[in-house]
Amino acid sequence: MKELKLMKGNEALAEAAIRAGCDAYFGYPITPQSEVLEYLSREAEKRTGMVVLQAESEVASINMIYGGAGCGKKVMTSSSSPGVSLMQEGISYIASAEVPCLLVNVQRGGPGLGTIQPSQADYYQSVKGGGHGDYKMIVLAPSSVQEMADFVSLGFDLAFKYRNPVMILSDGALGQMMEKVELQPHQERSTELLQEWATVGRTPDRDSNFITSLHMQPEQMEEVNIHLQNKYKLIAENETRVECVNCDDADYIIVAYGLVARVCHNAAQLGRDKGLKIGVIRPITLSPFPTDYISKASEQVKGILDVEMSAGQMVDDVRLAVNGKKPVEFYGRMGGIVPTPEEILAALEEKLVGGK
Amino acid sequence: MTEELIIAGFGGQGVLSMGQILCYAAMMADKEVSWMPSYGPEMRGGTANCITIISDEKISSPIISSYDTVIALNQPSLDKFEDKVKPGGILIYDTTNIIHPPKRTDIKVYGIDGTNEAARMNNIKVLNMIMLGAFLKKRPVVEIAMVLEALKKVLPERYHHLLKINEEALHRGMELIEEVETPV
Repeated sequence: MKELKLMKGNEALAEAAIRAGCDAYFGYPITPQSEVLEYLSREAEKRTGMVVLQAESEVASINMIYGGAGCGKKVMTSSSSPGVSLMQEGISYIASAEVPCLLVNVQRGGPGLGTIQPSQADYYQSVKGGGHGDYKMIVLAPSSVQEMADFVSLGFDLAFKYRNPVMILSDGALGQMMEKVELQPHQERSTELLQEWATVGRTPDRDSNFITSLHMQPEQMEEVNIHLQNKYKLIAENETRVECVNCDDADYIIVAYGLVARVCHNAAQLGRDKGLKIGVIRPITLSPFPTDYISKASEQVKGILDVEMSAGQMVDDVRLAVNGKKPVEFYGRMGGIVPTPEEILAALEEKLVGGK
Repeated sequence: MTEELIIAGFGGQGVLSMGQILCYAAMMADKEVSWMPSYGPEMRGGTANCITIISDEKISSPIISSYDTVIALNQPSLDKFEDKVKPGGILIYDTTNIIHPPKRTDIKVYGIDGTNEAARMNNIKVLNMIMLGAFLKKRPVVEIAMVLEALKKVLPERYHHLLKINEEALHRGMELIEEVETPV
């Protein structure tokens, strides 16, 4: 029988981590994601022996992640926007050293300490680097409590498949809201299963492994970079995920991710009630971005509206995908405000329907 | 069937748990549910609300700006959400806490003396179940039996001695809303 529960997004994510056989969580509390640490502190160790440690800061937790990941363990951390900013140096090191890990950002309004309300203003930070150097994370954007749970095991799978950091980019509303969620069956922790690249101390029967992000010779560093770029290309070919609702007959398309995509479904329905054929494209992976998909979808429509809880960040990638073929307009709210369906439809009508 | 409601009051009135129990009951009745709390730098006595959606279909946005039903348990909540009831919708409010009654005439308004009634039942914390009972009498989105099942699952066992009074409160709410049937 299916195991259905009514859970907050943050709790569902934490429960999914235990069930995914996560070995360790290192994190530091920050609203609106503190329930992850609270839930894991209460449940994890007694159930699976998973290590749950409140670090002294986000800088410490990301470096603990680096260490745990270097040992070949399934490790994760979570934080919210200001905390994730503190982790950027460590994420760059992890990406360069090619160790797998799962990071979660339950975004809140910024810049600065900002608010504790939901936001999507960390898109650039998540998909365009954030830390220094030419690296990319795989970025998954859940839009329901169910996906908050599902993307944990998916995230770990992708992280280990490509030895790359994976981020779940959520927001405060998804973290705090409750929905029903179907939980995955428990997976054993695979602590005995040694990754062949892991650094776990010298062993007599093999060469020692070495994990580093420091390569003093530029030729060697360029080799590392070429290898990383080839890997990112492979990830883009294999792992791009996107959801499309009512796009087949659409004259207009709204592109939105996460929670906002669901608000856009309501806006699209309001539009259809008035005779406007609107479809919604939701990138599920923000990195790799569904560029080809949006490019193709744009050919048969009159215009595209990108909607975000930001000043307009993903819209850059939408414009690159559409490449001037059709008008791309933007509507967003900032600082912790969630746009309403009525506002979104009004923006679409003003900028695309009436405005041409 | 889709019922979109907001339950609002001050912290400590059981506003958030009322929405949760309703969701839990509806989930057990195989419906789609969504519960979106207001969360903020708030404390006991501050304002609290939750948007609760129960539907037979998949729920798109968990955040909405007008409601089929508003349940207001204090004056600031009534002032804030009276305008957000859809025409023809329902507004249930606690007359113990709300001294300036609602003015809308295009909706059904029910004033329930909830806090006083809870006090008469010797447990002020059952206010939320009185109001939930009243709501379910008018909008039977789930059966009372399901709510009782949900309470059993949501309340930790050490509180199970309170199940009876919660059940009484639900039924009391159902009676009270009948008594005020002529909209005030």
